[in-house]
Amino acid sequence: MPRLVSHPDEVKIISRRFGMGATDIDRFIELGGYESVKKALAQGPEWIINEMKASGLRGRGGAGFPTGLKWSFVPKQSAKPKYVLVNGDESEPGTCKDHLIFLHDPHAIIEGTIIAGLAIGAKTGFIYLRGEYRYLIQIVEKAVADAYARGFLGTNIFGSETEFQVIVQSGAGAYEVGEESALMESLEGKRGVPRIKPPFPAVVGLYGGPTVINNAETIAAVPHILAMGGAAYAAVGSERNGGTRLFGISGHVERPGIYELPMGYNLKKMIYEVAGGIRGGRKLKAVVPGGSSTPVLLPEEIENLGMDFDQVGKAGSMLGSGGVVVIDDQTCIVEFALRTISFYAHESCGWCIPCREGTDWLKKSLTRFHAGFGTIQDIDNIQYLAENMMGRTFCPLGDAAAMPTIGFVKKFRKEFEDHINGKSCPYAKHVEVALV
Amino acid sequence: MSTETMSIFSPQLAAKFDALVLKYPVKRSALVPMLLYAQDEIGYVSDAVIAEIADRLSITPLDVRNVATYYSMLRFKPVGKYNVQVCTNISCMLRGAYDLFDHLQGTLGIGHKGVTADGVFSLEEVECIGACCWAPAIQVNYDFHDELTNDKVDAVLATYRAKAKGATTNA
Repeated sequence: MPRLVSHPDEVKIISRRFGMGATDIDRFIELGGYESVKKALAQGPEWIINEMKASGLRGRGGAGFPTGLKWSFVPKQSAKPKYVLVNGDESEPGTCKDHLIFLHDPHAIIEGTIIAGLAIGAKTGFIYLRGEYRYLIQIVEKAVADAYARGFLGTNIFGSETEFQVIVQSGAGAYEVGEESALMESLEGKRGVPRIKPPFPAVVGLYGGPTVINNAETIAAVPHILAMGGAAYAAVGSERNGGTRLFGISGHVERPGIYELPMGYNLKKMIYEVAGGIRGGRKLKAVVPGGSSTPVLLPEEIENLGMDFDQVGKAGSMLGSGGVVVIDDQTCIVEFALRTISFYAHESCGWCIPCREGTDWLKKSLTRFHAGFGTIQDIDNIQYLAENMMGRTFCPLGDAAAMPTIGFVKKFRKEFEDHINGKSCPYAKHVEVALV
Repeated sequence: MSTETMSIFSPQLAAKFDALVLKYPVKRSALVPMLLYAQDEIGYVSDAVIAEIADRLSITPLDVRNVATYYSMLRFKPVGKYNVQVCTNISCMLRGAYDLFDHLQGTLGIGHKGVTADGVFSLEEVECIGACCWAPAIQVNYDFHDELTNDKVDAVLATYRAKAKGATTNA
């Protein structure tokens, strides 16, 4: 069972019910649950969207698009049914934040889904979880059944004239399905490959109907935003980055875990104070700030780095999913790069050639390199290949593989050269990824 | 009673499938979860599983196979009663997942995608299972075990061994 951690600097908004038994519907209500949806029903769609815009909430899946704005793109009139889609496919290495929301507060997701539905005029919401999370799927299914039994879901929710249904869906193992259009393909019973955009999901989405798709953490924030007011939520975060974030800190820290901190929180402080510093008193070598697809940062780059979309972007990386992976000075970066790219080679859906072939070539090159058979030319080739994958695929998976690779080669070129000079890994460990 | 009179699935699962296809605006949406639930019961996605699911969704077996081969959790041959999946992705790797994987290979006497002679365990190296902050982690069937060491994982295996033995004795 995932361990809960805490730190005095935390601002618990999304995580405030964690560990309090809120999977039970009565307990959830006792803790203030389902009050925001009643408010939303009374106030109407325009009010909901305005509060969301005021909150400054930006999508927690990784792209950081303003949620209120996204919801406002859905056409008011539509011949086809509209849908809300909650993305709980969470498969980016370094990321496990949604895991805890589903485990401790599934009703918050249901409440957020209903509110999103009210905002755009949808009658059906889907909550899609990765298939590996079976025990969480069961928790969410139970929560949905309890909500139906109370009349919170169904034809006349909370005694109103409004209908809202929720369907819980299980994936079956595919990182690519975390991409919004691939997720819709998967939900329609097909291979989870991306769709060509435009049209965007807000106009033509699931079953051809206008669809809003949000990350599970984004949806979980919604009821809290309406409860505290959009402006109050925005005040918690940094400029243009409203609210808090569930940061997952993993790797070589003393106290790994999920911590809810205000947007803009200093990354160095997060590592050294919140997560207890580098394990075993070692030195920090590098940080991957937002999941495996985000370019690596050096210790000197995190000195004054606030963790929000804009500041991390300015530092040459991305906030992504908020999955901070901390790497100590005993780690081989080439090995780390190889393990990262092996993931993307395994998970590329194969539809776009630059991604399908590029990830495989990068994996092969890095494998050879790490085994001590690389050449100087190879270093340039790896960078050239990755740079040529950028922006040449239908979905961001190609970029997600290329961006970290470019970062590793640029920032740790010397370590690559050491592998050539020593004809092997200077750290003596050797990874052979068995996955096929 | 299932609508399929000659179902290869248990009556409970057949009834679940009957209800599942009615949930969605388009019944094909049930395909991915159906494959997973069928695999849980039968052990793998067999030709018979594909044929019946195709029939239930009014699509071709080729359509089903085309989708099934895309998802990494679906498999086309049996595994052990307890399928041990070791995450070696970055967060787990940094906290000793490869040592754990080596240890498990030694203890079980099998490699990646191997099955023990008694059929109790199979072993697999897998991509991120979403337990990064509690690394290193493994998944045995659908159970997560996290913050592991070699000693801890031995204890985990022992509980499954005991369960398998219990099941044999009861039978």
